[in-house]
Amino acid sequence: MVQDNPNFILSVEDLTVSFDGFKAVNGLSFYIEPNECRVIIGPNGAGKTTVLDLICGRTRATEGSINFKGHELTRMREDQIVHAGVGRKFQTPSVYEDLSVYENLEISYPRGHSVFGALTFKRDADVNRRIREIAETIFLSDMLDERAGILSHGQKQWLEIGMLLIQDPELMMLDEPVAGMSVAERKKTAELLNRIIKDRAVIVIEHDMGFVADIATRVTVMHQGKRLSEGSMAHVQADPSVVEVYLGH
Amino acid sequence: MFSGYSLPELGAIFAMQGFAGLILFSVFVLMALGLAIIFGQMGVINMAHGEFMILGAYVTYLVSQAFATYAPALFGAYFFVAMVLAFCASGLLGMFVEWAIIRHLYKRPLDTLLATWGLSLILQQSFRSLFGAREVGVTIPSWMMGSLPLTDLIEVPINGIFVMVLALGISAAVYVMMFKSGWGRQVRAVTQNRTMAGAVGIDTERTDRLTFGIGCGVAGIAGAAFTMIGSTGPTSGQAYIVDTFLVVVFGGAASLLGTIASAFSISQAQSILEFFLSGSMAKVITLLVVVGILMLRPQGLFSIKLRK
Amino acid sequence: MTKTSFLKRDEAVGFAILALIIFIVFPLMLDDFRLNLFGKYLTYAFVAVGLVLCWGAGGILSLGQGVFFGLGGYCMAMFLKLEASTPEATAIQSTPGIPDFMDWNQISALPIWWQPFNSFGFTVLAILAVPALFSLIIGFAMFRRRVGGVYFAIITQAIAAIATILIVGQQGYTGGVNGITDLRTLMGWDIRPDSAKTALYFVNAVLLFACLFIAMAIRKSKFGRVLVAMRDAEDRVRFSGYDVASFKIFIFCVGAMMASVGGAMFTLQVGFMSPTIVGIVPSIEMVIFCAVGGRHSLLGAVYGALLVNWARTTLSESFPELWLFGLGGLFIAVVLAFPNGLAGLYDDYVKPRLKLSRRNHAAKPSNPQLAE
Repeated sequence: MVQDNPNFILSVEDLTVSFDGFKAVNGLSFYIEPNECRVIIGPNGAGKTTVLDLICGRTRATEGSINFKGHELTRMREDQIVHAGVGRKFQTPSVYEDLSVYENLEISYPRGHSVFGALTFKRDADVNRRIREIAETIFLSDMLDERAGILSHGQKQWLEIGMLLIQDPELMMLDEPVAGMSVAERKKTAELLNRIIKDRAVIVIEHDMGFVADIATRVTVMHQGKRLSEGSMAHVQADPSVVEVYLGH
Repeated sequence: MFSGYSLPELGAIFAMQGFAGLILFSVFVLMALGLAIIFGQMGVINMAHGEFMILGAYVTYLVSQAFATYAPALFGAYFFVAMVLAFCASGLLGMFVEWAIIRHLYKRPLDTLLATWGLSLILQQSFRSLFGAREVGVTIPSWMMGSLPLTDLIEVPINGIFVMVLALGISAAVYVMMFKSGWGRQVRAVTQNRTMAGAVGIDTERTDRLTFGIGCGVAGIAGAAFTMIGSTGPTSGQAYIVDTFLVVVFGGAASLLGTIASAFSISQAQSILEFFLSGSMAKVITLLVVVGILMLRPQGLFSIKLRK
Repeated sequence: MTKTSFLKRDEAVGFAILALIIFIVFPLMLDDFRLNLFGKYLTYAFVAVGLVLCWGAGGILSLGQGVFFGLGGYCMAMFLKLEASTPEATAIQSTPGIPDFMDWNQISALPIWWQPFNSFGFTVLAILAVPALFSLIIGFAMFRRRVGGVYFAIITQAIAAIATILIVGQQGYTGGVNGITDLRTLMGWDIRPDSAKTALYFVNAVLLFACLFIAMAIRKSKFGRVLVAMRDAEDRVRFSGYDVASFKIFIFCVGAMMASVGGAMFTLQVGFMSPTIVGIVPSIEMVIFCAVGGRHSLLGAVYGALLVNWARTTLSESFPELWLFGLGGLFIAVVLAFPNGLAGLYDDYVKPRLKLSRRNHAAKPSNPQLAE
């Protein structure tokens, strides 16, 4: 097994989490290279979202290690993990409904995150320019002043992607980014994602196989908390154990 | 603080204070059982819980008066009638309150806290208007008077034993109701996933109302038991509300066993400390320790780790 | 949109009207006794403003604000009591020169922790630092472990209970259930005559406005927006790289310090401090001042504190038995019928009409506003 290989931006090793004896993730290992787009697929309850929860610090691992650029994430607080360069998008769109689109993006802007920093934060030209730039990318330029609560489901998903984007993380994790979107929105989102995953490592959880084939560098298949198969899309599709899990029951 | 007492004396002190603590334990358990249902299962903060208890106490007082006047021959049995009536009175009032106030606030727990506090003020003033500001006491039937001598130094009062047996009996009944009966399953289903429970055909509104009513009814029984060991005034309930909430939270809100264990440890600690320190310091130390432990372990003594 | 001045026009008008009422209307309309009474009400407004920050903006409901109010009040009372307990004034005691209640409780020397309160500088520092430290400890223990909402409310309430029992129980050191009474002078200046009380009223009012401006500045900063964001989606804030706990601790400390300043001003204006103002009941009533004014409105908090206390005085003077029904009903009504309090009513009913009338009578000045 390769340990601390500089070629990997993220090394997950023997990761296990147990909830009252139930192992939602069980001895999982995988490695992500810089600029790779990894898609995790698997049936419901396979532990995909839990893996993201573990990486971003929302859930604490029972055993195992998560190494990101030399940081041991299992021992860090959520905000420290973010500052180390990991961004996360949730499955259900999670934006601040009472704030405007502009303010939503402003909060994610990577400056003034301490108590004192937030009290003295100024909206200078840099902030303004960056927010407009991102708003342009996520198709929300005209909506900057609107309360985020009034956005459509798809627009909220975009806004959350925008909030991630403004953080400029080196590792971006997206949990079902196109779920619940209309066909047109889906197409636009695929386009958006294809553009933003270029300069960074990305982990995506997705069910839509067409979408997966479109963006994935490599695919990891999870089943019952374990890694079932890993490789290119063609490779995992041909893997008989994968076929068994998806069609066997 | 132990100096000046011989060993057998110390043993007797611990036993007697321990027993006095058991009576406090019984009141805590009875109060906390109702709250454990309302707060632990429904997530509703009922700040008027003490007043539901006092309603039960007043009902008991009225029943004892009625028996003394109209059926002195049956006076020894009034308590059992009073208990049933106390349960009904507090339970019905609880159901009414659920309908009028609580059901609008299931998604705003902090607001239920404020609303039920307001309710407690109204109930206190109603008690004062109806029964006067003076505390009232019941005459304890003769069969409950006196005490059983265990050794030369240790005596246990019969009313204390009775209250304790009552507390344990009701705990058992609540346990069976919540965790063994079909109705309890419905309650837990509703509290865990209201929408889903509704979708599978449970009448969630009726379940909520009944649950709240039963929680309040149990507080009414606590009030009946309370008359055995103390006198009843309009604000007697308020004195217990903080302790009771701490008991429930300390035990782990959703665990009945935890509630009983924490009621036991808090009441015993307080009662034994009381003998050696002043009553107020005993209470301060007990509460501080509980708050301290809760800060270290906010989920309480008994809790289940859940997948987020 | 991106560049905002500190106060919007509406807000500036709201502030001006409140200033007009407090600095001019009340002093002109009320006799000395009533003015002092309203000064006392306004000390509760400090707590209510702090609660708007903690509860309205941050979602942290503390049922122990009376403790912080009391900390400030007791710090001030200790200083004043020491000044009143000169050896000459207390010559008849068995130990002259210590506060009378200590003497009654057979204490023969001033306890060490009382001694720094001989200094006014230390007292002022303590009024700010003691509640800050205390709230820091509570906040650190609770928010770092992600205790919030209902649990936080219950535990702060327990702390209020502990504080009262402790103060009542340790009467040799605290004056017990009577509190610290018979306060006379502040650095030689007699605080008892009406003229002094009027002066203190204005000092109180100035401090209150200082608190309001600080609160407004916090709300208008990105800190304020982070608080709103936390209320909407706390997890998202965490994963945007904020240490949520330290934001909560900070705002809780600010609320506690404001309450403490209010408490100190209470002692000065009323002339005593007692445990009845610290406990569970007053603490939860302070929440209702804030709720009546509107939990999101800073100016509303001031109106709420004034209105509820004024109603209490008026009702309990004429119909003592009705007051508890009234207060209880108010708790229920404010939660069920108008959760945003007076400020909400103003926004829903008065503001639209003002806009309408402004449009109709082009440049006519508008009616006094109730809240921001």
